Amino acid sequence: MSVTADVAVVGVGPAGLAAAVAAAEAGARVAVVDAGNQPGGQFWRHAPESVREADGHGHHGWSTYLDLRARFDAARGAGRITYLPGLQVWMAERTGLPGSAEFVLRTTAAVASSGAAPATVAADRLVLCPGGYDRQLPVPGWELPGVMAAGGIQAFIKANGVLPGKRFVIAGTGPFLLPVAAGIAEAGGKVLAVLESSSPSAWLPHLGAATGVPEKALEGAEYAAVFAKHRIPYRTRSIVTEVLGPDKAEGVRTAKVDADGRVRPGTEREYADVDVVGFGWGFTPQMELPVALGVETRLDADGSLVGVVDERQQSSVPGLYLAGEVTGVGGATLAVLEGLAAGAAAARPDSHVPVKQPAAIARHRRFARAMHHAHPVPAAWQDWLTPDTTVCRCEEVTAGEITEARDSLGARDIRSLKSFTRAGMGWCQGRVCGFAAGCLGAGPGEMPDAGSLASSAKRPLAAPVGIGELAALDN
Amino acid sequence: MTTQPVTISFDGRPLTAAAGQSVGAALASQGITAWRSTRKGGKPRGLFCGIGVCFDCLVTVDGEPNQRACLVEACEGMEVEGS
Amino acid sequence: MSQSSDVLVIGAGVIGAATAYFAAQQGQSVTVLDKGLPASGTSSACEGNILVSDKELGPELELTRYSLGVWHNDLEEHKKLWEFESKGGIIVASRESSLASLNRVMAVQNSYGVDVEELDQAALREAEPHISPEALGGASYREDCQVQPMLVAAHLVRLATEAGARFIADTPVTGFLRSARDGGRVTGVRTPRGDFPAGAVVNCTGTWAGELAAMAGVEVPVLPRRGFVMVTEPLPPMVHHKVYAAEYIDNVGSSDAGLQASPVVEGTPAGSILIGSTRERVGFDRKVSTAALGLLARNATSLFPFLKDVKAIRHYHGFRPYCPDHLPVIGHDDRAPGLWHAAGHEGAGIGLSAGTGKLLAQALAGLTPDMDLSPFAPARFGEFGSVRHHRNSEHREEATA
Ligand SMILES: Cc1cc2nc3c(=O)[nH]c(=O)nc-3n(C[C@H](O)[C@H](O)[C@H](O)COP(=O)(O)OP(=O)(O)OC[C@H]3O[C@@H](n4cnc5c(N)ncnc54)[C@H](O)[C@@H]3O)c2cc1C
Ligand SMILES: Cc1cc2nc3c(=O)[nH]c(=O)nc-3n(C[C@H](O)[C@H](O)[C@H](O)COP(=O)(O)OP(=O)(O)OC[C@H]3O[C@@H](n4cnc5c(N)ncnc54)[C@H](O)[C@@H]3O)c2cc1C
Ligand code: FES
Repeated sequence: MSVTADVAVVGVGPAGLAAAVAAAEAGARVAVVDAGNQPGGQFWRHAPESVREADGHGHHGWSTYLDLRARFDAARGAGRITYLPGLQVWMAERTGLPGSAEFVLRTTAAVASSGAAPATVAADRLVLCPGGYDRQLPVPGWELPGVMAAGGIQAFIKANGVLPGKRFVIAGTGPFLLPVAAGIAEAGGKVLAVLESSSPSAWLPHLGAATGVPEKALEGAEYAAVFAKHRIPYRTRSIVTEVLGPDKAEGVRTAKVDADGRVRPGTEREYADVDVVGFGWGFTPQMELPVALGVETRLDADGSLVGVVDERQQSSVPGLYLAGEVTGVGGATLAVLEGLAAGAAAARPDSHVPVKQPAAIARHRRFARAMHHAHPVPAAWQDWLTPDTTVCRCEEVTAGEITEARDSLGARDIRSLKSFTRAGMGWCQGRVCGFAAGCLGAGPGEMPDAGSLASSAKRPLAAPVGIGELAALDN
Repeated sequence: MTTQPVTISFDGRPLTAAAGQSVGAALASQGITAWRSTRKGGKPRGLFCGIGVCFDCLVTVDGEPNQRACLVEACEGMEVEGS
Repeated sequence: MSQSSDVLVIGAGVIGAATAYFAAQQGQSVTVLDKGLPASGTSSACEGNILVSDKELGPELELTRYSLGVWHNDLEEHKKLWEFESKGGIIVASRESSLASLNRVMAVQNSYGVDVEELDQAALREAEPHISPEALGGASYREDCQVQPMLVAAHLVRLATEAGARFIADTPVTGFLRSARDGGRVTGVRTPRGDFPAGAVVNCTGTWAGELAAMAGVEVPVLPRRGFVMVTEPLPPMVHHKVYAAEYIDNVGSSDAGLQASPVVEGTPAGSILIGSTRERVGFDRKVSTAALGLLARNATSLFPFLKDVKAIRHYHGFRPYCPDHLPVIGHDDRAPGLWHAAGHEGAGIGLSAGTGKLLAQALAGLTPDMDLSPFAPARFGEFGSVRHHRNSEHREEATA
């Protein structure tokens, strides 16, 4: 199948949903591709609509979703939006041919049994809103079954209405650990502890006020109430040092850390009877499509590689707009604001209609920056590893193998570590281990620079694709 | 709306899942946390990222190998195999 | 100014790494400079085949066989470091006409001492059980083998430093030091980190070799030729040799026994199958070509139909450094005394690196090299560029190893 449009949007989470709506309402013909089966993305993920009507339970900003969703459905009804769910973009190309569409997207069914037929989408402008995924720092035992990404636990609950286990420990850093734990407790799970590596003492209300985003203060108060109701211990300056097995997660060892993340001797303790451990160290924006199209990138305050955009969300590539996590991890409200700006600009690239709510975007970016500074990746995290800790889960490459390649072969960036050790060469193509491998390559206490991260985000196949499908490419 | 539970099979054993659940959720909510072993170390693996990014949760669905259990919706009669 | 070395090698790809290794083994003081890290150029965007089967008779085949000897003898003790595997190559014919051509080529190769054995349909199927039912027969090359090229470059640099060489990363050469006498002899290089004087300077910069030569005022025509390689999901062993199609030979006259094979399909120790590789002359264009991916996929599935149900998880491309006559330049550049070149190994630089490094180290030490290097003389192109432009000159997209 082939679809042509004025504007193509990849991703229909908060940013993409807003972008599609804004572009369609400004008169553009819009094509929307998303790997999921229904709109919502990560933040507004909900059970299949064929099974259960979404009631917004456990969601924030649900009224915003309902508003955008109604406008999205209306534009679809009016034939202005072509929605292509269940398809994963595996390649985005610039044609560079005068007279033909500037961007071409190639897609493949995200799930083979879904029956979604691959489509090729050609469009003059492209808005990329692919979001991100939980960032991970390996610790001994993190490869055991029962260990999950914190966001993955939340996604599981939102989509399935059940829990992946009974007794949980959530660890990492960032305010996002709060809704994860709250969601588990509200769904009937026991959260033994939330371990936060930094010490953001009542920062949420404080920062919310300081940066002019009062709704964050409200959210903070809400979580505090849930934590109190379910008696969830929230331990700051604390980490999981090891997940205890042997064949699946059965407990965790924890410790207190200093401001740099160094374990304070004598503070170790154990939690037994744990069946799910959730880790989240912020998020990694999904950068392969922007990088493949050649956008200028930068390092954000949280150490992530993100795309550079102007005030209309346009990247350094003319006609290519970015919104949501790929411009800097900043939460759903910001993603919606950016999506609205990007969609409107992509629909009318030559008009100079001023961006709506530029002040709100700036405020949320400020808040995000403050949040990243309050929740850094602990400088000493590499000390938590033993030489045989798995770093690359797919290819089973250990920390020892990585530091050996660094020290004896001079591998410093993620790309050369991958060449020499196979870290990042497996199914996930370094999405999960890339950041951690980059830290190890950069050396103790260091984080990867933009060049190193870009070498990892270079994934010219943005998703696995059948060789039979490739053979059938008309070209 | 179809809210009837569905029956799938996992490695030949029947398993009940709520309508609309993913295969991964169907397995995990029955206490099955691992269904694949790694090539090199033979280590057990199941769900990790929960959103289709990590490929740790691969299963064979109706003969189609390497499907992400966290994304595939469980349907009546579906045959799921680990590896 | 840095301390003077006997030999200064520019470039830490496989060619520079091998040259540095053997020069250091000879007891020379060696400095290696690279603008990036070891194996950051073509040597990290290729495949690691060491092939005898596809070589043109004459100097190319001779250098290949010499190099193979170096891999097996001089470098034997290090084999494990770079995953050396003697897995053998198989060329498959799926048409009567190509089978006939393949047989002709085998006869000629045999007479040159290449270890090649005919495979009938049954033998072919035994060697490669998943081969297409359409395959009629093939040829087996036991000498063909493979290495992991990035590890070759990185470990040879490391071993060279253990033998006394020094390696300096992130140091681009920006010009040459010339003496006022001796016909402007090259006496070292300039870099942003200062000058590096040396008795001899070796240009091992692959596709950049022409640029470097130009800095010394000489012309070495090394051009880029793009190639795509596709990598599959990890699988249990399905493909046991390097397997390629012979359909090409149809176009190759019987007098020209040079064989240009179609894509190589090969299993790797990690379980992925590599499907390589296209050959295009598009300069340094880094844009992905769906045409190239489609071609690779079609060729690969015609050899191994099971691949159509397998997923590609990544692809990459590199630029082969090639000269108009498809032979590398190896040796002293008489036009710029003191400057040596080892570049332009095209689609065979990994296999040829060991031999190139050893021969060059001999010449640098003033010894007579084991093999005559005159066919590879840097100045052979003369003022008007190409002399032997007899193959691969078409602009169409081809496929080869
Ligand atoms: C699992 C998870 C849970 C989260 N929960 C919260 C939370 O509770 N609170 C909070 O404040 N923040 C949460 N976040 C952070 C959250 O992602 C952002 O705040 C917000 O959702 C970002 O919106 P977005 O539109 O940029 O991306 P997303 O919501 O991530 O949407 C991106 C969409 O793009 C699609 N996509 C990506 N790549 C492709 C491709 N190649 N082809 C086709 N489609 C593609 C995805 O399927 C997805 O639907 C969560 C993040 C994750 C990963
Ligand atoms: C797709 C593909 C498949 C291939 N398959 C095979 C195969 O199976 N078998 C085989 O034998 N060969 C194969 N080749 C060919 C092989 O990769 C090359 O011949 C070989 O890598 C060339 O090595 P090199 O050291 O000359 O160049 P490179 O590896 O490119 O090294 C040159 C080095 O010079 C450095 N440099 C450049 N300019 C400067 C400067 N100014 N100052 C300092 N340093 C500089 C670069 O950073 C680089 O590290 C393939 C090639 C491709 C593209
Ligand atoms: S759990 Fe990560 S892909 Fe399914």
